[in-house]
Amino acid sequence: MKEPKTKLILVVDDVADNRDMYAQFLSYKGFQVALAGDGQEGFDKALQLLPDLIVMDLSLPVMDGWEAIRQLKRNQSTKPIPVIALTAHAQEDVAGGAREAGCDGFLTKPCPPDELVKKIIAMLELKQEEVQPRAARQLGVQ
Amino acid sequence: MNYLPMSAIESRGSRTARAAPPKINPKINRVSTESKLALTESLLMSVEVSECARLCMEWLGKHIGVDKALCLIADSSQNRLIPLAHWGMSPVEIQEPSPELDDQRHPLVAAMAKKHPVTFYGNFTNPHNHAGRTGESRFEAISLRGAGEDDNVAGVGVLLVSPIISRTNADLRWLADILGRVMWLRFRTHSLAEVERVLRRERGLLYNIVNTVHDPIILTDTEGRLIISNKAAELLFGSREEESEGRRRAVALNNTFLSAALSRRALEEPASLSRELLLVDPVEGSDLFFELSSTEFSDVHEGTGVVAILRNVSDLHRTTQELEENYRKLRTAEAEVRSERDRLDLIISSVAEPILVTDPEGKILMMNDPAERLFTVPPSSTPEAAQTVRANDANFSSFVSNLFFLSEGRQHHGGISLVDPEKGTPVPVEAFSAKIISQQGELIGIATILHDQSEAIEKARLYEQLQRVSEALEEKVREATAELVRQNEVLRRQHMELQRASALKSQFLASVSHELRTPLNSIIGYTRILLQGVSGSLNPQQLGNLARLDANAGHLLSLINQLLDITRIEAGKMPVNLVRISISKLIAEVMSEVEPLILQAKLEVTTEVTSDLPEVVSDPEKIKQIMLNLLMNALKYTPAGWVRVSAAYVPRPDQIAITVADSGIGIAESDQEKIFEDFGRADNSVAKGYAGVGLGLAICRRLSALLGGKMTVTSKPRQGSSFTLALPRSGRGQ
Repeated sequence: MKEPKTKLILVVDDVADNRDMYAQFLSYKGFQVALAGDGQEGFDKALQLLPDLIVMDLSLPVMDGWEAIRQLKRNQSTKPIPVIALTAHAQEDVAGGAREAGCDGFLTKPCPPDELVKKIIAMLELKQEEVQPRAARQLGVQ
Repeated sequence: MNYLPMSAIESRGSRTARAAPPKINPKINRVSTESKLALTESLLMSVEVSECARLCMEWLGKHIGVDKALCLIADSSQNRLIPLAHWGMSPVEIQEPSPELDDQRHPLVAAMAKKHPVTFYGNFTNPHNHAGRTGESRFEAISLRGAGEDDNVAGVGVLLVSPIISRTNADLRWLADILGRVMWLRFRTHSLAEVERVLRRERGLLYNIVNTVHDPIILTDTEGRLIISNKAAELLFGSREEESEGRRRAVALNNTFLSAALSRRALEEPASLSRELLLVDPVEGSDLFFELSSTEFSDVHEGTGVVAILRNVSDLHRTTQELEENYRKLRTAEAEVRSERDRLDLIISSVAEPILVTDPEGKILMMNDPAERLFTVPPSSTPEAAQTVRANDANFSSFVSNLFFLSEGRQHHGGISLVDPEKGTPVPVEAFSAKIISQQGELIGIATILHDQSEAIEKARLYEQLQRVSEALEEKVREATAELVRQNEVLRRQHMELQRASALKSQFLASVSHELRTPLNSIIGYTRILLQGVSGSLNPQQLGNLARLDANAGHLLSLINQLLDITRIEAGKMPVNLVRISISKLIAEVMSEVEPLILQAKLEVTTEVTSDLPEVVSDPEKIKQIMLNLLMNALKYTPAGWVRVSAAYVPRPDQIAITVADSGIGIAESDQEKIFEDFGRADNSVAKGYAGVGLGLAICRRLSALLGGKMTVTSKPRQGSSFTLALPRSGRGQ
């Protein structure tokens, strides 16, 4: 069981240094962090852990980021989870392709960890507003 | 003359002899005067000569007593001496001797011409002049003459008497004389009556003939008095009381015309003349034309006169007039034909092509001047020219004769090789021959036109040459086209290779960019983690080093981004989003973005934007990128002084000029083009010590071109630089 206020962020990246660097900083900023090295693992962990937000690299082995996002958005349990695509591809069409796949945010590498955190907070606040009614309803039922 | 037949005479004589056979001596002249008177009376009473002769023969026998007597008469109509009456002759003896009057050798004919009696031997029918057998009987022949013994009067007959008594008996001589006179008178009376009868008959005949002639015939005396005229003449010239006035007047008129014509003729003209005379038909009243033939004649008894014969030539006249009319028409027609022919000649001679008309035998009837040049020997002819003409003639004749042998129809055409006799050059001609057929379907000639083929052949030759050249040209074009196709294919392949290379390059750069960013992400990330003290607190020197690490990582990132931009522009993959924008707003945005840097730089930074600046259609992000680049450069390369951003409208050529000027280190003129090249940072000592990538201005110039504008610079070292972006008001993408 995790703390109600502690958000779980799933970071999917095939480069171990990047995973470690973001994990260090996210943990430092008070997030719970889960990590995955490829798209398939990312998708499996997302299904298993149902994180609050997923940071998804695009160029990934086994299953690439675009496909992983499509599958996450196709699955009812993972569909509401915001996904930030984070890629070293600078071309405009890459961002377009990621949005098409269903990602909710987009960042280009190099992306300093503080900027990622800003983006995550911004997106979670947005999410908070959106999910608030649902949480209230759930409480009401109970 | 009618004579009694001999048999009748004889029978009467023999009967008389049988009735009274007196026996008297004939040698004695004893006839009484009464008997003579009685005989004379009887003779005067008798009309017929034969009766007279019978009376005389009877008288001879009875009164003189001769044994035999025979009277022969010269019948001029039969031209014979024929017996008329006899006495005392037996039927056997009576055989008509009938000698021809012209036969002068006949004894009786000869005796008739003698004045004196001639003695003969033998019988009456066979007399001869010399004594034959002994006891042969003799007789004498006495010529009967109208005027006695007058030599001028021919004998009218012969009296044969036996025995011979004329010398002694005067009575016999008297009888012969009286019988001769009677016969001569009777002859004469008879012939006069005969002549009168003949004359009357002939006269009647003549009248009839004259009357049957349709032509009026008139006989006048010299005074013009009418002697004889025929019926036809009487119709014209004779009038009777009971006839109408008009007819009488016409007849009078005709008479006047006729006498005038005759008198004029008599006065002026020689004998026998024909002239035309206009008379009036008294019955019809119409004009009649006559041809008057008049001849003067003279008669011993009647004197001179004029015979006029009029021949009705009205029909002739009319025919003549018709003939004249026809002749005149013929002449007119002939003139027309001539003029037609002249016109035809003119047409034929005005035709430039040779025309010939030949008869069916091939002889040339007609030709125009161009034909003459080919078929006649020229005046100053050489033997060669004459030979050429003969050859032309032969070729032409053989062609025309083909029309008969080869061609069934009326026309024939074909080529003939002729030679110009003067120049000696060949004249190939196309000949068109046509038969000229008369209305009766008979071939009367052949017309031929020669069409000079030289020009056509020359044209054909030129055409062929042209075609050859054209074909050669086409071949060259084909070759060139094939070469072009080949080269095009090479180019296409090269282009594909280039495209592939370009794509590979883009892909490569994109990959490079991706692969560079990934470790850079870790570098920058870890640096920020350290700087933020995530891994624990750091001393100032460590912090300073990390800051430099961060700045260099930022620089490296900027370099990577610029490389990517250039790659995109070069690959044509830089998108341009045209929107309507206000340049003054855009400048304000840019200025606020760089405000921290301006504050940091401590320079006098101003903006000057004219109030009449119109809106433009362009890509605001690209303009911003350019302006940021220029501003960053200005701030970076201006150690002290000012930086001024200005914008103005340039009506010609309808542009907005955005200028970023500074009072910085400036750029040497030799470097002013170099700075726009990739990694072309001015390599002078002044620029040293400044951080920079050297791709900024290269991107600015490319982006300016992408927006349809232009980037220019004016600068002087140590005085400052002025970069100007000239933008079209209505932007266009590339």
